[in-house]
Amino acid sequence: MKILVAVKRVVDYNVKVRVKTDGTGVETANVKMSMNPFDEIALEEALRMKEAGIATEIVAISCGAATCQETLRTALAFGADRAILVESDTELQPLAVAKLLAAIVKKESPGMVILGKQAIDDDCNQTGQMLAALLGWPQGAFASKLARDGDKLAVTREVDGGLETVSLSLPAVVTADLRLNEPRYVTLPNIMKAKKKPLETIKPDALGVDATPRLKTLKVQEPPTRKAGIKVPDAKTLVDKLRNEAKVIS
Amino acid sequence: MSEYKAPLNDMLFVLRELAGLDQVAKLPGCEDVSDDLVQQILEENGRFSSEVLAPLNQSGDKEGSVLKDGAVVTPRGFKEAYRQFVEGGWNALQFPAEYGGQGLPKLVSTPVMEMWKSANMAFSLCPLLTTGAIEALMLRGTEAQKKTYLPKMVEGTWTGTMNLTESQAGSDLGLIKTRAERQPDGTYRIRGEKIFITWGEQDFTANIVHLVLARTPDAPEGVRGISLFIVPKFLVNADGSAGERNDARCASLEHKLGIHASPTAVMIYGEKGGAIGTLVGEENRGLEYMFIMMNAARFAVGLEGVAIAERAYQRALAYARERIQSRDLAGGAASVPIIRQPDVRRMLMSMKAQTEAMRALAYVVAAAMDAAHRHPDKTERAKQQAFVDLMIPVVKGWSTETGIEVASTGLQVHGGMGFIEETGAAQHLRDARITSIYEGTTGIQANDLIGRKIARDGGAAARALIGMMRGTEADLASTAGEDFTAIRESLGEGITAVAECADWMAAAYTADIKAAHAGAVPFLKLTGLVCGGWQMARAALAAKKRLSSGVADRAFCEAKIISARFYADHVLSQACGLRDTVVNGARGVMALSEEQF
Repeated sequence: MKILVAVKRVVDYNVKVRVKTDGTGVETANVKMSMNPFDEIALEEALRMKEAGIATEIVAISCGAATCQETLRTALAFGADRAILVESDTELQPLAVAKLLAAIVKKESPGMVILGKQAIDDDCNQTGQMLAALLGWPQGAFASKLARDGDKLAVTREVDGGLETVSLSLPAVVTADLRLNEPRYVTLPNIMKAKKKPLETIKPDALGVDATPRLKTLKVQEPPTRKAGIKVPDAKTLVDKLRNEAKVIS
Repeated sequence: MSEYKAPLNDMLFVLRELAGLDQVAKLPGCEDVSDDLVQQILEENGRFSSEVLAPLNQSGDKEGSVLKDGAVVTPRGFKEAYRQFVEGGWNALQFPAEYGGQGLPKLVSTPVMEMWKSANMAFSLCPLLTTGAIEALMLRGTEAQKKTYLPKMVEGTWTGTMNLTESQAGSDLGLIKTRAERQPDGTYRIRGEKIFITWGEQDFTANIVHLVLARTPDAPEGVRGISLFIVPKFLVNADGSAGERNDARCASLEHKLGIHASPTAVMIYGEKGGAIGTLVGEENRGLEYMFIMMNAARFAVGLEGVAIAERAYQRALAYARERIQSRDLAGGAASVPIIRQPDVRRMLMSMKAQTEAMRALAYVVAAAMDAAHRHPDKTERAKQQAFVDLMIPVVKGWSTETGIEVASTGLQVHGGMGFIEETGAAQHLRDARITSIYEGTTGIQANDLIGRKIARDGGAAARALIGMMRGTEADLASTAGEDFTAIRESLGEGITAVAECADWMAAAYTADIKAAHAGAVPFLKLTGLVCGGWQMARAALAAKKRLSSGVADRAFCEAKIISARFYADHVLSQACGLRDTVVNGARGVMALSEEQF
């Protein structure tokens, strides 16, 4: 089985994000970028499936600017066999990414697509679900455990009430949650080998996909700074304030 | 709590702008060393160092390695970290492909090793000693020895140690007493006691390959009668696996000021008739082999100075940002973080600027080591080697002494909390303290500098260095801006001080050898701080160029120029004082009779 892993290049989780002074977005110039941590977990799971003999080939794919090649090189250094960059300098929103991935899936015919449940930059949590809908495939979002069961895939999902296990017919789309696994450290020999692995670049046009943004960002601003709290003398005052000032209870 | 983060921006800046990564990539055998590959290696190694090695630094210091029933128990987590280190293939970074290594140049292994040392110096000593042993075997081992030991040692599944010191033989190895008796089968029986054996015993690996200096019965007296032997902890079976236990054991571990997690062993060989060893190279040439490896080992210890300084700086900076105390001198009623206080800023800048200067010089020397080793042109190789030979005692002596100073300043930034062990600043100072002692004390480095590196060639290598520094001075003169004027003036005076002292040394070395030696350490310090100023000036020029080309890392480049400016005013300004000490100071050193002390 071939597994396709979608990885997104995002601002590194250690970076304190700042809004651009003109309010058009988040500052990314000269900021450390990394692979979206949830995608890293997705990639790790795919690699483990390959090591367990379930998967035969891991293809990493990223949609975005040419700099995403770095992220794909990291994916190759983790152990992916080859990589595809869908190169676009315009902003790609979840629906566009899902369409691009769907087009790649048609070309590659993988047995499974796995990706992070969301990206830590926009926190959309949409791409995997949209992709499954576009492909008409079953989906297992927020996976914390995967088990191959014949031609089915048992996916344990983290849902509000606890854990839910669904059985998916393959091919399917899975999105990785935090507890699915703990990604490995990249090894030096794999970094060296990654240089020689194939990395193919495709443009959205060549896939026949219209990646134009559907949503317009009006303004980006820092969250308002928290005001200092006050001490209340007793519970009665607290209830009074909650009812009459904050209006959160009636 | 302060975590370690690899200073990737500064490392990459130095690699690209000062050490000539692109030039090293053109050397034979370095064709694969592309900029993006190096960046990826540094990023992944940085991640491993921060997440696996650094968290064990403080607990390792507290627990220390202990000896239990003749076996060493390393602190919690170390064994697992070492396993991950080997599994990650990091140990093999710099060794040739024929033994399973990646064959990466010194310029790449240097920042990688700096990260291990910053993250956890005690841990980093284990692969460091293995490296030394590997180099000795590659250099003079027989094919059989190489085949038996190198693949496992390069992989890291066996470690190596260096057994030189005995209680009566430290700086003077001519005094060693360990005996090696030739056997009819060609092996030797080794008997004796070695001290200060770093990672001499551990619980990481299935075997430990001890390299031991010993005397054969008919060896000449002194340093010309010392031979080098391989004495494995477990004798090696025909199939290459570790077999029967050799007659070698760890008798005790030293109680040290720092690097507690690194077991410093007393090793006893031959209590039960003699440990079995095999000769490396020829008899009586052991010390010579040691000297060939000396440059690499001394360079590596110099790098420890850089690494500890970096870690101490990161910790002090984090504290200065969060410690709220006193008002801003410019006014205001609220207490502010102490980083706003000028004296705290002065301390932080002195840590930052000196760490950057040391790093730059070390990486530049690493690049020269690559060129000296790999350049196709023989004249160029010789020229680079002369520069390397001159700079090794400087990198070792100056960077370790400065590393200690920076670690001490880091403690000072913390105030009273710095003196409390839980804070962690004290550990850096304690760990750093050994660096100016082992692998040749600062005094030994300084003697090497003035004797073998200055006097022996009549100051030729020093003059070549001064020529290069004058070139940078000229570049500064043609660069506009008050900062550059100030840097040029300080650097110019510093270079003049080095030039005068080098001439004085070359003359004094024959006229009054004791006067020369009395000024040796101040001269080494002078050379180091001026070479550091030279690199900071080059860094400022490169930063200025990047700024005018409109690159994105504005804040970094502007800070680099200010670092260089600070260095010029606060560090380079000491050069003239040191010159006076070198040329006038001998009388004060030598005039008292021993009884008058």
